[in-house]
Amino acid sequence: MIQLSSTDYDAIRLSLQVAIAATLLSLPFGFAVAYLITFVKFRGKVLLEVLVNLPLTLPPVVVGYLLLLLLGRHGWLGSLLNKADIRLIFTLKAAVIASAIVGFPLLVRSLRIGMEGIDPQLLNASRTLGARWHDTLLTVILPLSVPGLVAGSSLVFARSLGEFGATIIVAGNIPGITQTIPLAIYEYAASPTGETMALSLCLVSVVISLAVLFLHEMMAKKMARRG
Amino acid sequence: MQLSMTTRKSFGAFTLATDFNVSGDRVGIFGVSGSGKSTLVSMLAGLVEPDDGEIVLDGDCLFSSAQVINLRPEQRRISMVFQQHCLFPHLSVRNNLLYGFNRCPKNLRTIDFDTLVAVLKLDGLLGRGVTNLSGGEKQRVALGRAILANPRLLLMDEPLSALDDSLRFQIIPYLKSVSEQFCIPYLFISHSLLEMRLMSDQVLNVAGGRIIGISTAEELARQRLGASQIGYINLLRLGRSSEDGNLYSYPWGAARLLLSAASERDDSMAELSSKDIILFKQHPEAISARNLLQCTVRSLFSSGRKIGVELDCVGNTLISEVVQEAVTELGIAPGGTVYAAVKASAFRMLPG
Repeated sequence: MIQLSSTDYDAIRLSLQVAIAATLLSLPFGFAVAYLITFVKFRGKVLLEVLVNLPLTLPPVVVGYLLLLLLGRHGWLGSLLNKADIRLIFTLKAAVIASAIVGFPLLVRSLRIGMEGIDPQLLNASRTLGARWHDTLLTVILPLSVPGLVAGSSLVFARSLGEFGATIIVAGNIPGITQTIPLAIYEYAASPTGETMALSLCLVSVVISLAVLFLHEMMAKKMARRG
Repeated sequence: MQLSMTTRKSFGAFTLATDFNVSGDRVGIFGVSGSGKSTLVSMLAGLVEPDDGEIVLDGDCLFSSAQVINLRPEQRRISMVFQQHCLFPHLSVRNNLLYGFNRCPKNLRTIDFDTLVAVLKLDGLLGRGVTNLSGGEKQRVALGRAILANPRLLLMDEPLSALDDSLRFQIIPYLKSVSEQFCIPYLFISHSLLEMRLMSDQVLNVAGGRIIGISTAEELARQRLGASQIGYINLLRLGRSSEDGNLYSYPWGAARLLLSAASERDDSMAELSSKDIILFKQHPEAISARNLLQCTVRSLFSSGRKIGVELDCVGNTLISEVVQEAVTELGIAPGGTVYAAVKASAFRMLPG
């Protein structure tokens, strides 16, 4: 039987909040980076591609630690934010940033696959019909990238739900504040009496993941029918 | 339309160098695949930047390496109809048609949407998506979209090459009538001489990255008679047919022709290769070919190893091809009389 405490409900709510916020936060940046890599010729493109994919190959704990160095009170960015009285470390915002960074390569990859499938002649057609580059971006590239956006968003959302290593380093494991489902399961697993509670949260995690995957499949099928 | 283009563009080992001045409303660019036609029109449209040179259209400089001018494609008012229709798959037919129209300055929106839709017979398609349209419908929508942007020049980059024969000849009248009706000059790009003759008055002949000549489409067809495997294609405008035994009799000007192909139309076009016309010095006693036409030789012209013979058949023109030995043997000379024999099965009706 599923047993959930009030902090478990908080963990579920926080997990969903982090996943949604991380997805929304990474979308505009992911779209911009995918556009640059796919359509713009510039020096240093390979370097950008490597940097974008770096979080995919680095252990999440390393990503978390680097973020801690960057955003910590004495970090390069953290000290600047501290002057503006903005604190990120050990807040939900830090969990969102960590999840967004870890899921970012997945989003960019999905968007790139979608964008690379757009016939370049469509962009030429748009330009010769009087559209400026940003008009072409909004009226041709963006709508035709929707399948990539949906796929990428699903992946970032799913990755954020499961994010553990980077989150525990930059956001800690504070029940009701930064404790997400994986962190709560970790805490139950470390306790000799927490097996049922851990299993209950595992089940909730499976249900949310299945719902996301079903939703993604349904949207993909709908778009394929429309296309 | 007056176009002057002196440009150079290199892609690896291939260099396209253009230096021409052309005027007219129906200009063709002819050349085999890989000759540089598409690069030429892409430079004109602003989609490819020349390495150096100058492009001037109707007195306006579109590109000049010396003056550091390079108008963006959207600033040039040059629309394109592409080989593959290039319709926006996420938009309906109506929204595809209106894409360029909505981006055209208000004072230049002079093409009436409803009139264009009627001319292109797109009335029933406006609410539909574009992915399920037939090839001919797609190309008509692409043409309408380009025209509605009211360009000062329309570029048609092999718009018929992706279509089968029957669709090709259905689309040609639309291409011609729409640009004529809305007074939009065009540049028609093709590797088909037949399309060139149907669509253009003047033709730029492109080969190996160079403009090797400017002539009429008719002159170009005659020049290429000797090199072409299919010879010179005579285009015959025929009237309504009537049955004649197992064949069909068609009026052709003041003459009549017997064809094995039937047509229900009042006005149809047939093609006949110069290779399928056999010339006799005198009326043969008996011959299996069902068409024997008494003709007057108007002129002779040489093309490669072949001699083209322009014949006057009761006011109609036919081009036949022979070798020099035949000219000598038959004594073919301008003003002389010959008999042209053509099999009923040698004609090919053009769909449309």
